[in-house]
Amino acid sequence: MKYLEEYRDANLAHKLLKSILHLVEDSHSKITLMEVCGTHTMNIARAGIRRLLKDRITLLSGPGCPVCVTPYPFLDQAIAYSRSKDVIIASFGDMIKVPGSSSSLEREKAKGAEIQIVYSPLDALKTARENPNRKIVFLGVGFETTAPAVAATIMIAREQKIQNFLVLCGHKLVPPAMKALVMDPDLRIDGFLCPGHVSAIIGSKPYEFIARDHGVPCVIAGFEPLDILQSLEMLVRQITDGTSRVEIQYSRVVKEEGNPRAMDTMLEVFEPVDSTWRGLGMIPQSGLRIRGVYGGLDASVQIPVHIEKSAEPPGCICGQILKGAKNPTQCPLYRKFCSPENPVGACMVSTEGTCAAYYKYEE
Amino acid sequence: MCLAVPMKIIEMNAPEAVVELGGVRRRIHLALLATENLKIGDYVIVHAGFAIQKMDKREALETLKILEQMADAQ
Repeated sequence: MKYLEEYRDANLAHKLLKSILHLVEDSHSKITLMEVCGTHTMNIARAGIRRLLKDRITLLSGPGCPVCVTPYPFLDQAIAYSRSKDVIIASFGDMIKVPGSSSSLEREKAKGAEIQIVYSPLDALKTARENPNRKIVFLGVGFETTAPAVAATIMIAREQKIQNFLVLCGHKLVPPAMKALVMDPDLRIDGFLCPGHVSAIIGSKPYEFIARDHGVPCVIAGFEPLDILQSLEMLVRQITDGTSRVEIQYSRVVKEEGNPRAMDTMLEVFEPVDSTWRGLGMIPQSGLRIRGVYGGLDASVQIPVHIEKSAEPPGCICGQILKGAKNPTQCPLYRKFCSPENPVGACMVSTEGTCAAYYKYEE
Repeated sequence: MCLAVPMKIIEMNAPEAVVELGGVRRRIHLALLATENLKIGDYVIVHAGFAIQKMDKREALETLKILEQMADAQ
C-alpha cells in the first residue's frame, strides 16, 4: 500500500461515475453540491469531474483556499512589517504573490525586503535561531489542518526561549464559515463535500449541526479521484433517500473524534474570535487569535505598525466566487486582465484558488 | 493549502522522525501525535513539517473493498 495510486483506478472511477449518474437520473431538480476545500477544487478540476457530471449535478467551489479568504488588512499588515529593516517575513509560498491594497510581498521583496518562503513554521523558527538580531514574523495562515502545526511551533519557541520568533495570526475555522453559507439566502446547497485534512484534526462532530439543524448532508472526503467520486455517490444517495447525516468516506485518515492532541495544542495557544473572510464578511467565532499568555510571540502585540486603508481592485468578483455565488467565467477580469501570470484577485494567485483551477483545467 | 501526503516512517527519534515518499525524505516533527502508537513502517499524513494523523491500514483496505463492491454492483 502507498495509499495513493490505489485510489486512482480509471476503470473503477468510470463505474462509480455511472452509478452516480444513474442515481440522479430520476431526480426532478438539479443537485447542487459544494466542495469546501481548495485541494478538492484542484483535484476535481484536474480529474475533469465537474464536466463528467454533465448537467445533472452542479459542483460549487467554496471558501476553502486559506490564502484566498485572507482579507486585505492582514496582507497590508504583513507588507508593512516587510518594510521594516529589522524584520524577516517567513511565509508559505502562496501568500507572496497575493496583491494587497497597494503592493504585494513579492513586490516588496524586489525592493529589498527580506521574505523567506518556508514549507513549515519550524523552518521559520530555525531562521529565528540563526538571526538573533532580527525579528522573524511568520504569517500564520490556514485552517484547522495548519493551525495546530503553528501552535506547536509557538510552544516550542517559548520552551526554547527564542525571543525573536513572532506570528501574525490569520488562521480561520471551517465549520463557522459553512454555517454562514447554509444561512445565506442567496445560496442553495444540497450537500457538502467536507475537507479531509481539516477533518483529520477536528473529526466529524463539528459538522453535525449542518446535517441535523439545516438538513444538509455532509460527507468527509479524501483527495484521490476515487475518494471524491465515492463521496459524491454517498452525498447523492443521502439526497435521493431524503436523509441528512455526516458520513466519513476518508476513514483511513479521519476519525470521528479527529486528532484530540492536535486540537488541544491548537486551543492551548489560540482562541476563537470573530473574523473577516474575503467574500463572506465577518463571521462570528470563525478565526483564531493568539491567547494572552503567548502574547510575547504575537506580532500584532509586539510590533505595532500603521496599516494603510484597504482597497480592493475594481471589477474583481473574488468575493462572489468564494461563496459559490458566481463562477470565474462570470468575472469581467477573468482571462482578459487576470491570469496566473498576472493575477488581480487572490482566487487566481493561489494554486488552489477557484479561478486558477478553472484557468488551468476547466476550459 | 491543506495539502498533506501519506509518508512512510523510516527513522524514529521522538519527537522527530524521518519519512519518505517516492524517494524523497523529510525530517518531520511528531508533537501532534502520540508517539507511543507509532513505529517504523507506519504511514503518517504529513502537513507543514508535522505528522497530523496516522494512516489506518485496515480502513484503507476497507475503503478499497467498498469501492470494488460498488463498481461490481453496476
